[in-house]
Amino acid sequence: MTKRLVVIGAGMASGRSLEHLFEMGGDWDVTLFGAEPRGNYNRIMLSPVLSGEKTYAEIVTHDDAWYAERRVTCRFGETVTRIDRSRKVVVSAGGETPYDKLLIATGSAPFIIPVEGRDLPGVISYRDLDDTYAMIDAAKNPAKAVVIGGGLLGLEAAAGLKARGMDVTVLHLMGHLMERQLDEAAGYLLRKELTERGIDVICRASTAALLGEERVEGVLLEDNTGLEADLVVMAVGIRPETRIATDAGLDVGRGITVDGRMVTSDPDILAVGECVELDGQLFGLVAPLYEQAKVVAATLCGEEAAFVPRQTSTKLKVTGVDLFSAGDFAEGEGREDIVFRDPARGVYKRLVLEKDRLIGAVMYGDTADGNWFFGLIRDGTDVSEMRDTLIFGPAYQGAAPADPMAAVAALPPEAEICGCNGVCKGRIVEAIEGGAATLEDIRARTKASSSCGTCSGLVEQVLAATLGDDFVMPAAKPMCGCTDLTHEDVRRLIKARELRSMPAVWQELGWQTPNGCHSCRPALNFYLLADWPLDYVDDPQSRFVNERNHANIQKDGTYSVMPRIWGGVTTPAELRAIADAAEKYDVPMVKVTGGQRIDLLGVPKEVLPRMWADLNAAGMVSGHAYTKGLRTVKTCVGTDFCRFGTQDSTGLGIRLERRLWGSWTPHKVKMGVSGCPRNCAEATCKDVGIVCVDSGFEIGVGGAAGMDVKAVEPLAKVATEDEVVEVVVAFVQLYRENGKYLDRPYKWIAKVGMDWIKARVVDDLAERQALVERFDVSQSVYQKDPWAERATPEVQRAWSPLADLTMEAAE
Amino acid sequence: MSWIDIGALDDIPVAGARLVKTHHGCVAVFRTAEDEVFATSDACPHRGGPLSEGIVHGRKVTCPLHNWVLSLETGEAQGADEGRIATYPARIEGGRVLLDVASLCRRDAA
Repeated sequence: MTKRLVVIGAGMASGRSLEHLFEMGGDWDVTLFGAEPRGNYNRIMLSPVLSGEKTYAEIVTHDDAWYAERRVTCRFGETVTRIDRSRKVVVSAGGETPYDKLLIATGSAPFIIPVEGRDLPGVISYRDLDDTYAMIDAAKNPAKAVVIGGGLLGLEAAAGLKARGMDVTVLHLMGHLMERQLDEAAGYLLRKELTERGIDVICRASTAALLGEERVEGVLLEDNTGLEADLVVMAVGIRPETRIATDAGLDVGRGITVDGRMVTSDPDILAVGECVELDGQLFGLVAPLYEQAKVVAATLCGEEAAFVPRQTSTKLKVTGVDLFSAGDFAEGEGREDIVFRDPARGVYKRLVLEKDRLIGAVMYGDTADGNWFFGLIRDGTDVSEMRDTLIFGPAYQGAAPADPMAAVAALPPEAEICGCNGVCKGRIVEAIEGGAATLEDIRARTKASSSCGTCSGLVEQVLAATLGDDFVMPAAKPMCGCTDLTHEDVRRLIKARELRSMPAVWQELGWQTPNGCHSCRPALNFYLLADWPLDYVDDPQSRFVNERNHANIQKDGTYSVMPRIWGGVTTPAELRAIADAAEKYDVPMVKVTGGQRIDLLGVPKEVLPRMWADLNAAGMVSGHAYTKGLRTVKTCVGTDFCRFGTQDSTGLGIRLERRLWGSWTPHKVKMGVSGCPRNCAEATCKDVGIVCVDSGFEIGVGGAAGMDVKAVEPLAKVATEDEVVEVVVAFVQLYRENGKYLDRPYKWIAKVGMDWIKARVVDDLAERQALVERFDVSQSVYQKDPWAERATPEVQRAWSPLADLTMEAAE
Repeated sequence: MSWIDIGALDDIPVAGARLVKTHHGCVAVFRTAEDEVFATSDACPHRGGPLSEGIVHGRKVTCPLHNWVLSLETGEAQGADEGRIATYPARIEGGRVLLDVASLCRRDAA
């Protein structure tokens, strides 16, 4: 017999309840009411939508087809106003709907602090997609945003708004951020990270009033501090949305009271999600909600099931911030702390122990072991045996070397992999044995890693452990076959552990080959010389042939020679010297390049030093046309001759080239300076491009005109040439210090984000200055003409054959 | 065997190579990081790239043109690539590098 189920609320808890219900079979006629004009979506992914990393379409969990297939009557955008329990009907704008069973899943409402001005336009909460879109709209006109509340939601909102270009200030009532999940030290590190990203954080800030006439214009604090604000986001907390249950006369405490079967005080009415209260406890995180959903489905189907609240863990979904907390970490009698700090890497870990059990963990900066600690907390494992090495994580327990694969392979089937969805390893292995072969398959079949996604790596490891060689791990790519570390890991470790030579890197980071390979050696050579310009000695044998021989090798083993032509401006004398060299050494081809220079192609190696000496004598130096370093600065004629030119683009280009030549970078760097927006120097598809305008200079970065074609993104607009030079030098130095070897600037920018770069190069003048100074230190070592250094008889000899046995035989 | 002195070990950079011209083409003489010497044909079996300009790692060299990796001991191309370069006996004596001239004259040198 078909039973009528009415569901009030189309959030994550009700969506999951329906899934389980339909999976269990039974004949249900479901009507689903939702206050939002749309169906179920993954609410915890709103932060990536806000920051632009995901779209709404990507976070939809149930589409129209899903509802249609299960004949669910959807009443989205229609609010249920009343429940008539005696007649078993719900009342809404569309009339009455009868039910046999009713499920209340009204979720929670944002807490709005009761201050003057809270109803002004421009004051919003952060709860649903409409709020998210309101914030995205507000960010279209870069302006000031104030986020009230420094908890999970508030910080995700702040990071998202910052990513969209707003000036963001976070106000937090308590002494440190996320005080419910973090202790003071981790709160400090988090605040420092956010401040570095340009988000202002004010703690112990109590809001007195929101100011404004037509719409919100500012925030006034209790201490009379005033802050400008075009947008105010209230994220101070949530409270269960219980009004409809209260009106219906159900038992309601802080939330709707339910028993372990999720049944309210009316046996035909169930409740699930953030709106319920069980044994005095409320639930806000997704994992317990999903557990409840399973119980709801079972209860509806008449099966025995009970929801038991468990430990939960927290991760902050802000890209690049690594933070984990679980359990209880308040100090107390009989509790002991184990603390690990690595200031250079910004790592902090704290474990709280009580009676040989781990009861709490807070980690910042390196959270790889978070799930392992969480498991120890949840299972109440006796840790007295491993106490000494506990904080170093599972890799240090026992004599086995650190092998995450072995650790995953050794997990028992009941070990939980996905905390959000409560999926254990056994369930994933079953799915794999049933044919699932990719992360997407696993998500589709078990839901593991389909919510917050932080366990994706673990799921992949289960796939790898189960499928063996059939599974290709798509995760972070190691640098090369000599190591499992990625380029990013290696760069970080070179800095953090102050590794200043190649053998130090091989030894300390456990290279699997005696001295690297053709892939890692050039990268390491660059990382070391960029990070330690005064300590590290450049190793020519670790350089690709072009950089070792200071000329571009051609397919027949000959080389090309290209002198620097500053800003593309030359003289008759230079041209004459080039022509003389071309004739004297019988150069097969003389070619004008796209970078406003002249290339002499087809020169044998042993001739190079002599040719360089000739060009040096005419005042010319190497054009570095063969390096991962500064190549050309292409210019137009600017104000000198052009009737449209607005600034001296030629002079500025030459100035930049003279400042930057000789510097090594992760990949080649090409620049352009155009004297007006007509852009004759094609500056907008260079790695760094400057377009002169009447009022100053527009600096763009990250252009490309190779395999990818891309216009520059604006970095800054400045008024003077001096500022152009400073900003460009700082940008290049930041790229030198952080880029992955062989990533052109546009690829690097895509990884770190323009805002991160702007914060350091444009906004923070002290950081800009520090970058410029570090660049100049490096230039004091590396800005040398390689031709002049090599136009010597010794090099001439070294570059000729060691022996010529054809001559000896002739004798 | 007839050994001939082609130069000082120190004339070859550590983890580098120098070229020796012969009637039968160019020979690359490698010095590894462990101060071993190996002599091979200079031409990569792929497109003839100059192996003496490659990066030397372990007892292998990577061709500078298209990254073929060749064993200095056996001359075999490594990994998925298939091909082989000629290898010639070489040794160090009193800081001097010696090559076996007889083998250089045999096209099918070991």
